[in-house]
Amino acid sequence: MKFLTDTECKADATADLVYRVCPMHLLEPGEMLADLERGQVLEVLTDYDGALEDIPAWCAKYGQEFIGIGEDEEEEDCYKLYIRKVQ
Amino acid sequence: MMRAYLDHAAATPVRREVLEAMLPYFSEFFGNPSAVYDLGAQAKEVLDEQRAKVARLIGAQPEEIVFTSSGAEANNLAVKGAALAHLKKGRHVVVSAVEHHSVLNAARYLEKFHDFEVTFLPVDRHGLVDPERLQKVINPATVLVSIIHASNEIGTIQPLADLAGRCRKQGIIFHTDAVATVGQASVNVQELGVDLLSLSGPALGGPKGIGALYFRKKLRLVPQIHGGIQENGRRAGTENVPGIVGLGRAAELAEAELTGKGAYLVGLREQLVGGVMEHIPYAIYTGHPELRLPGHASFCMEGIEGEALIFLLNRVGIYANTGSACASKALKVSPVLCAIGLTPDVAQGSIVFTFSRDNGIEDVQHVLEHLPQAVDRLRSFSPVWRKKMAAVSGG
Repeated sequence: MKFLTDTECKADATADLVYRVCPMHLLEPGEMLADLERGQVLEVLTDYDGALEDIPAWCAKYGQEFIGIGEDEEEEDCYKLYIRKVQ
Repeated sequence: MMRAYLDHAAATPVRREVLEAMLPYFSEFFGNPSAVYDLGAQAKEVLDEQRAKVARLIGAQPEEIVFTSSGAEANNLAVKGAALAHLKKGRHVVVSAVEHHSVLNAARYLEKFHDFEVTFLPVDRHGLVDPERLQKVINPATVLVSIIHASNEIGTIQPLADLAGRCRKQGIIFHTDAVATVGQASVNVQELGVDLLSLSGPALGGPKGIGALYFRKKLRLVPQIHGGIQENGRRAGTENVPGIVGLGRAAELAEAELTGKGAYLVGLREQLVGGVMEHIPYAIYTGHPELRLPGHASFCMEGIEGEALIFLLNRVGIYANTGSACASKALKVSPVLCAIGLTPDVAQGSIVFTFSRDNGIEDVQHVLEHLPQAVDRLRSFSPVWRKKMAAVSGG
């Protein structure tokens, strides 16, 4: 898992899935990526531990680039995952 | 016997157009919206259409609507869901003293099980929350303020835009229970500046068993019913498709018919209020005289019990209410009436009439023909009334 610096965490859109149950962390990012341009970055906020495995695996399966995980002291109770749209 | 149904705040008959819209979704289009085959996809599509109708009625976006089983569930999701999602900010919530039980008890739940501090905000004798007073009780730990839009017991409409504006400036989430107002008066979430708003199907000619919560986009909520990903992961449970279709149709009708409805209902209300105050001594008109729901007239008849009055009126085909449904059944004095400063003796004599467009002047006349004598009769054997009369005459 690659940990990103602040400058690497620039996103074009955010999917806030905190408190929303599995598998919302896979469904909504899929819908939101469809609306982005190739090369744009989607930020996924989630409190679901399983997302740390699911989202990289989902990106590999659907040909999107999983960039890594961001650290944020203010959002310590949720993960920030970054996906770049490839196709 | 003539029948005057004047308890529309408790329940409204499902409108014919609403029922007709719902019927195919019990049998022909019965699919589960989560199913991927065409019957499911059709149901999912119809849900999205209804979401748009409900959103339009209150000036919201479709994705800002969560369907619930009732106004009470919407209030629970708003109060508990928003407060628990923002624990990092603090553990203080503010509710007014004239809230519905579903808000009051949701706040008490937070107090009892999650160590929240709850401030119950007093109201004036008309039931109005003072914005300055709200300003004084909110603090950096305040997460949520919940103020009812209009009380179903006394009809008073709160100055929500002012109250919500003060909260927004300090980053405090503002919820309103608008069950009594949506469909009765113009309600627009942008103009009011609220973050959360609850509404209910039966209050606007829709079926029972359906309600909705508006939540401002990006506002986090902790789901209160856990399970699947229905309602985009905010409320589990297979969607009540016929109920949602009924709510959508009722919202559509409410939007189309709002113009002129208020003036018509105010006309009926004022006829009733004028007649009651002229013919019944020691009747107290409760709530605000002007800032109130158009079709809502509430009184306290001194010296009697509202429950007994309801039974007498029932005999002559008049259907009214006494306080809120739960308080009425338990024969408990309404906390709302206590909050506006009425003594328990006076509050016992509560009676509430709520009109709809189905009512006419003949209903008002029917009430005015029977109510004064029903009150007289109950007072004739009331020890409380005798005591009061003795005090008045100096005996």
